[in-house]
This record gives sequence, structure tokens and C-alpha cells, in this order.
Amino acid sequence: MSTILEVNQVYKYFGGVKANEDISLTVEQGSIVGLIGPNGSGKTTLFNSIVGTHPIDKGNIKFNDIEVSQLPVPTVAKLGLLRTFQQTRIYGKLNCIQNMLISSKPEKDTIFNIFSKIPEDLTTKAENLLQFVGLHQKRKLRAGDLSFGQQKLLELAMALMNEPKMLLLDEPTAGINPTLINGIIDRLIKVNKEFGITLLVIEHNMRVIMSLAQRIFCLAHGQMLAEGTPGQIKNDKRVIDAYLGAQ
Amino acid sequence: MKGNKLIIYGLLLAFGLAAPFIFPAYKLQISFMWILVILALTWDVQGGQMGYNSFGNILFFGIGMYICAGIQIGMFFPLAEWTSSGGEKTFLHTPSQYFQGFFVGLILAGIVPAIVAALIGYGILGLRGHYFAICTLGLGIAAGEIAGGIELIGAGQGMTAPPWPKGIGDTELRSEFFYFLCFILMVVTFIFLKWAYQTRFGLILNAIRDNEDKAEAMGIYTMRYKIIGWIVSAFFLGIAGGLMGNMVGYIEPTEIAFAGATYGVFMVLMAILGGKGTLWGPVIGAVAFHIFKEGFWTFFLGWQYVALGALIVVIVVFFPEGIMGWLREKYPEKFGEIVDEADRKAQVELK
Amino acid sequence: MDLLIFKAPILMVQASMDGILLGVLFALIAYGMALQWGVMNIINIAQGELVIMGGYIAYFMYTAGIHPALGIIVSPIIMYFVGWFLYKTVIYKVVDRDLFISILATFGISILTQQLMNFVFGADVVVAQSNFGTTMLFDNSVTLPNAKIFSALVSIIFAIALVMYMKKSRLGRAIRATAQNSRAAKILGVDTEKVYAATFGINAALCGVAGSLIAITFTLHPYVGLPYTVRSFMIVIVAGLGNLPGVALSGMGLGVFEEFADYILGTEFRIGSVFMLLVFILVYRRFKLSRKREYLK
Repeated sequence: MSTILEVNQVYKYFGGVKANEDISLTVEQGSIVGLIGPNGSGKTTLFNSIVGTHPIDKGNIKFNDIEVSQLPVPTVAKLGLLRTFQQTRIYGKLNCIQNMLISSKPEKDTIFNIFSKIPEDLTTKAENLLQFVGLHQKRKLRAGDLSFGQQKLLELAMALMNEPKMLLLDEPTAGINPTLINGIIDRLIKVNKEFGITLLVIEHNMRVIMSLAQRIFCLAHGQMLAEGTPGQIKNDKRVIDAYLGAQ
Repeated sequence: MKGNKLIIYGLLLAFGLAAPFIFPAYKLQISFMWILVILALTWDVQGGQMGYNSFGNILFFGIGMYICAGIQIGMFFPLAEWTSSGGEKTFLHTPSQYFQGFFVGLILAGIVPAIVAALIGYGILGLRGHYFAICTLGLGIAAGEIAGGIELIGAGQGMTAPPWPKGIGDTELRSEFFYFLCFILMVVTFIFLKWAYQTRFGLILNAIRDNEDKAEAMGIYTMRYKIIGWIVSAFFLGIAGGLMGNMVGYIEPTEIAFAGATYGVFMVLMAILGGKGTLWGPVIGAVAFHIFKEGFWTFFLGWQYVALGALIVVIVVFFPEGIMGWLREKYPEKFGEIVDEADRKAQVELK
Repeated sequence: MDLLIFKAPILMVQASMDGILLGVLFALIAYGMALQWGVMNIINIAQGELVIMGGYIAYFMYTAGIHPALGIIVSPIIMYFVGWFLYKTVIYKVVDRDLFISILATFGISILTQQLMNFVFGADVVVAQSNFGTTMLFDNSVTLPNAKIFSALVSIIFAIALVMYMKKSRLGRAIRATAQNSRAAKILGVDTEKVYAATFGINAALCGVAGSLIAITFTLHPYVGLPYTVRSFMIVIVAGLGNLPGVALSGMGLGVFEEFADYILGTEFRIGSVFMLLVFILVYRRFKLSRKREYLK
């Protein structure tokens, strides 16, 4: 198995705040990796650093052996590295199907492509993916009218529509009805096994991340605290202290 | 439904074509109304569809106006002498010169602003929200001030456009000529935008409006689309400006060409009044605005601007969703929004 | 392009001093702009019109035989109520919505007020004579009308007075609290409606002071409001909300820029260069921020 994502000694400061300090991690292609840590430990900042939402102060980040830390956000996304947002980001005034259609991966960005009509089969693909996340019945509704949890599912479907190689998921089960969480876990495992998408998942729900991930990294106060298998992390005293003693 | 739509379009088209003969005294008025529709339609590409509220689209209108007249004159006579000597008193266009100059001028009136949009787009469209709004406001007004200082195009006094050539009919024919040009330009603009909005382009503009950061995060190079949108608007605005300059006959930098503080802002109001982000909204808004304005000028002479200012405040504060928005809330089915209560209440099921 | 100014250093001194005196006045207007932007999230396009209105009050006093310099007392009092009135009729509806709506609504107000002033005072360019005389410096090669010196001093006094008021008085603290977190302020018992109305009134009063100073130092005309709005907007963006010394410095910088532009490009390009400076500042900011992949918010 090859390494699809390599984060090397990344630093990110916001003024005087050390949001990420000397973070290094690797993700093997085809795996599911977890990223946990108390609030404010720098998890979402790390996601932002990886996909290029902000520049990093030190270090480098390689995706499929390509250095991505200097690339603009759309370029990174086009390489196949996508992320979802903690506070969902969808296109509020458009309906779910339209949200899906915009998320599709165009072959080329030529002038002819820009002014071309959206092909029929994309709509079918969109509907299937909406079905996959359980939103099929709501496909004609405005995305802005969906509940927070439903928007999270839509975001996941939109990401899948784009056929990424790797997906960074920021708290995918937050705000989801607890009865549906098992269904989400199954879907994510399916996405990983059948679609071959590598997953890096930020989660606060320990049950979810323990059943999903093969490896887990734990951040605290902007630094890498521990890494290991779910079993190792669960029993790691430093991790337990970080969560219990977290400010 | 398709059949019904075609009939409506056909009737509107027929009405538009027949209007100069049904209302001969209002030819120029209705021509001007078509220009207003173009102003509103092109503004809506940025403001309504893309969420970039521009107060400077008038820049392209003015550039088109000056370019067209400049070409019309400059092709046959020295421009500087025309503007300094009061133009048509010393130089006379023959009919063939007039029409040649006019059509070449119109084409360039579309192309040059489009190029300007392409050049400044990368800088200006990188601004967001109110910064974009105020920056474009500054651009529009600065253009008028700067044009007012350039001697070649008449400076603050402005310049006259070439008059209608002698021997080619009377003022009625002239009015009809301009009427049809304005109407055709409006129809072409409408049809082009209608088509464009149904392509990927339209969808991406909306995505930029709803969440530009998300669009970028999904791999869309938003700047490209923003610039293309501006180029489209600039093109049609420029030609409209060229037409307007000729219809009025006199081009003044801050009141007629780069009318930033008036029509530059009115185009925003028209689109909002009709309903921004829709195709028909700007059309309806422009027509309604024109009727209001003519009404104010007739019945409130002396107070017309006060009434206009009050209208603006009322629209913006109390009626921001506009006519189309209001209709959409009332009759969502007619807009293809099937709001099935069952759908809305349905629970997500993951089996 | 008249580059004489660079060959004659004394002209540069003249322009700089004119500019600094002018800039202090701009800074006062900018402070009002920043106040309502920071507290109520409103960009007031009619700011310039409020200034001109304040000026016309002083001019009216002048035509009635009262010395227009007293306008600095009378004008802010009247303008405070004008601002308060505008808030209660229109602005209150626009406060909680996005900035763009406030731009459009205040634009409507600016058209309204322009026309009202035109109606009442006519479209002639007018000046209120203060007869303050002139100060001559550097062997009579630099002339500074005392009215300009007066206006700069008054501006500084009012600015300091306002800063102290905001720090010490109850209303001032209520305003600052609302600016930081309007929800929390409400919960803690601050009447935010009153705060907003007062803020808008204070801004109008500041414009009143500035306007009456402009009436005696420059000219009044119903349609020259927008450049004042744009100037104050520029100063606020460059200095940043809440950066008072920055506002003063940016104001003076802008004043100097304008005077130099007047000399070099000619008076007919003065206003145009102000607007182009706005565009330049914003685009420059945009490119600087894009390197950090941020956006002006």
C-alpha cells in the first residue's frame, strides 16, 4: 500500500496562537484514519492546511507525492483531495439535485464545456447518490431548507459526486440523528471499500471513530499527542488525560 | 406548458415589433425602456445570479458610448476637431459614411468594454461583498470624472454624436431605426442569457452566489466564471451604450455616459424591484421602474427626484424580494418548485 | 500634468499643510462613518449628504446675519435630531440585514436629501464667509486661511471630546458594548434600539460639525456629498475600525494626496483621483490578502 497523504512537520500560527505545531502524519491509500482531540486542538486547522484554505508557515504536505501546500484550493480539489466542513457548506438557494450537479467532476474546463448543458446521466448519478445517503425523497427541496444533519448528508453526497481519491471528513456524524449513525458508519465503510476512497475523519464520537478507523491520530493543544490503532489509543493515558483535563 | 410559453413569447415579440406603430409618439421612450431592460438584465448576471452587487457596470455602458461615437467620427474626420468645433457644423457624414461608421462603432462598442472587463476582472472581482460594491461604485464615478477631463472626447462639455444623415427619411424614420435596434439588442440579450443560465455556466454562477468558498473547495476555478460573466455583461452594455449615445445625440461624461450616480444605481433597483436572480425579474423591474419614473416626471415635476429617492428606499427596505420573489412565494408550483409536504416532513432513512 | 510643484519646494509645503488641515476634517467625518459601521454594521452612503446638510445649516445662519462659525454648535444639535429621525423612519429596518441593503437604502436617502437641499437652497455653489483672515508663513509664501486652521482645531477638539464621551459616559459605554456584542449587551439590559438611534444621531451630529466647517472653508453644493462619503469610507478601510490614530493619520494622508493631485493633475481631476485612489487601495488590499488566501470581510 502506498502513502496517499504525507503531512511533514507542519506549523500554522494565527498571530501568536500556535494552532498547529510540528504536526506529522501519514495516511495509507485505501485506509480509514481518524483524527481526534479535544476542542481547540487544531484538527480543523490541520484540514484547512492540507487542502490549502490557508497557507502554512512551515513544513510540507504531499498528496500522491505532489507537494500541495502552495497550491490554490481548486487545484488541490481537482487532484482528488476533498473535504467536508464542520459547519456545513452547501448551496442554499439551489435544490439538492442542483447541488449535486454542480459538484460533478467536469472533464475539461474549456469554453465549450462551460456553456454546455448538463448531461442527463449526471442527474441519474446524482439521484443514486442522494438515495445512497437517504436524501432521495428530499431531492427537490432547497438545500437551505434542510436540517443541519440532512445538510451534512448532502455534503457527503456532493463530495462523492466529485469522485475524489481522498476525503477529509470534518465530524460527519455531528448533528445526525443517533438512530442513523450506524447507517452512516456503514455507508462510510462502503465508500471506502467499494469506491476505494481513502478517508481521514475528524470525530468526537468515540464509538464511531473506533469502529471506523484503522489508525488514529490524537491532537492536543496544537501538537500531535499520540497515534496508534483504536485499541492502543483507547487505553493511552495521555489521550484520556487530554480529554478529561481539556479546557 | 411548452406550447403556452411559445405563444406568450410570440405575442410579446409581436407587441414589441408593432409598438412604434401603435404608439408613434412614444417611440424613443419605449426604446429607452428597452435599454433599461438591458441594463437590468446585464446587472443581474453579477448581482442576482452571482451575488456580486456591482455599482459600476455603468463603466461598460459609458465606454461603449464613447467608443461608438469616437469610431463613427474618427473613421472619417479628425476627432479632436469635431469635439472642439461643435462637430456636425463643420463635418458632415454622407449616408454611407454614417451607417458604416455606426455599425463598425457598434461592434467595437461591444468588444472594447468586453476586453476592459477581461483586463480588470482579475483585480476587481477578487473583492467581495460590500468592498466589491463600493469599489465598482468608485470605478463608475471615476470613469465619468476622468472622461470629463479628456479634451479629445469633449471633456466636461461632452461631444455630439453624428446627426442623422440628410436625405434618409425624417425624424420618424430615425426613431423607428433606433427603436428596432434597441428592441433587437434587448431580445438578443434576453435570449442569450436565457440559454446561458441553463448551462453549467448558470449553475456555477449560482454556486458562487450561494457559497463561493464551497465552489472553490469542490474544484471550481471561480475567477474564470466571474470574469466570463462580466465580459458577457460588458459586451451587451457596451452596445447598448453605443445605441444610447446616438439616440440622445449628445454624450456627456457624468450624466449620460458614465451616469454612475443615477443609472448606475438605478439598474440595481430595477433588478431588485423585479426580483433579482430571475430571468424575467429584471425585465419586469425595468419596465415598472420606467413607468414609475415617467409618472413621477409627469405628475411630480419639481419633486420627481424626491419621489424617486423615496421609491428606492421603499423598495429596498420593504420589498427586497421584488415582484418575482413575491410571486414565487405565492405560487411556487408555477416556478417548478414542487413543495411536497410529504417530502418536507420525510425522515431520512438509511437501510 | 503640472510638475511645477516638485521644482518649487515651497509649493509642496503649501500643499502638505493644506492637505493636513483638510485631512483632519476628513478624519472627523470618517470617525462618524466608522462609528456606525462598527456599532450597527451600516455603510452610510448618505454620509456626505449629512455633511452638506450640516453645512447648509451654517450657511443659513450666515444668510440670516449670524456668524457661521457658530454653526459648530447649532449644526450638530439640529443634525443629531435629523440622524435620530432617519434612524427611526428608515435605518432601523436595515440594521439587522446585510451591508448591501444598507448601502442601497442609504443611497436612496442620499438622493432624497440631495433633492431636498436643492429644493430649499438651490443649485448654486455657495460659501459662508467667516472673515477670519489669513495666516502667512515662511515669508508670505505659504498662505493658510485662518478658517482652515480654525476648522482643523475644532475637528480635533470634537474628536477628542467624542472619544472621552465614549469612554466615560454611560451612553458611550453602552454603545461600545453593543458594538462588541449586541446580543450580550441586550441581555445585560442595554436598550439597543436607543443605542442605535443615538449612534446614528451622533454620527449625524459629527457630520453637522464637519459640514459647518466646510461651509466656511470650502464650498457647498447639493450634489457634492458623494466624494465626502467615499473619502470617509477610504479612511475607515485603510485605518481599520476602531483604530483612532489610524483614522487621523489616514485622513491627513488623504488630504495631502488630494492637494498634490490638485496641483499635478489639475482641479478638474481632483475628485476623479479620489475615486481612483479608492479603487487602487481596494485592489491593492485584495492582492495583498490573496497571498494569505484571505478576503476583505
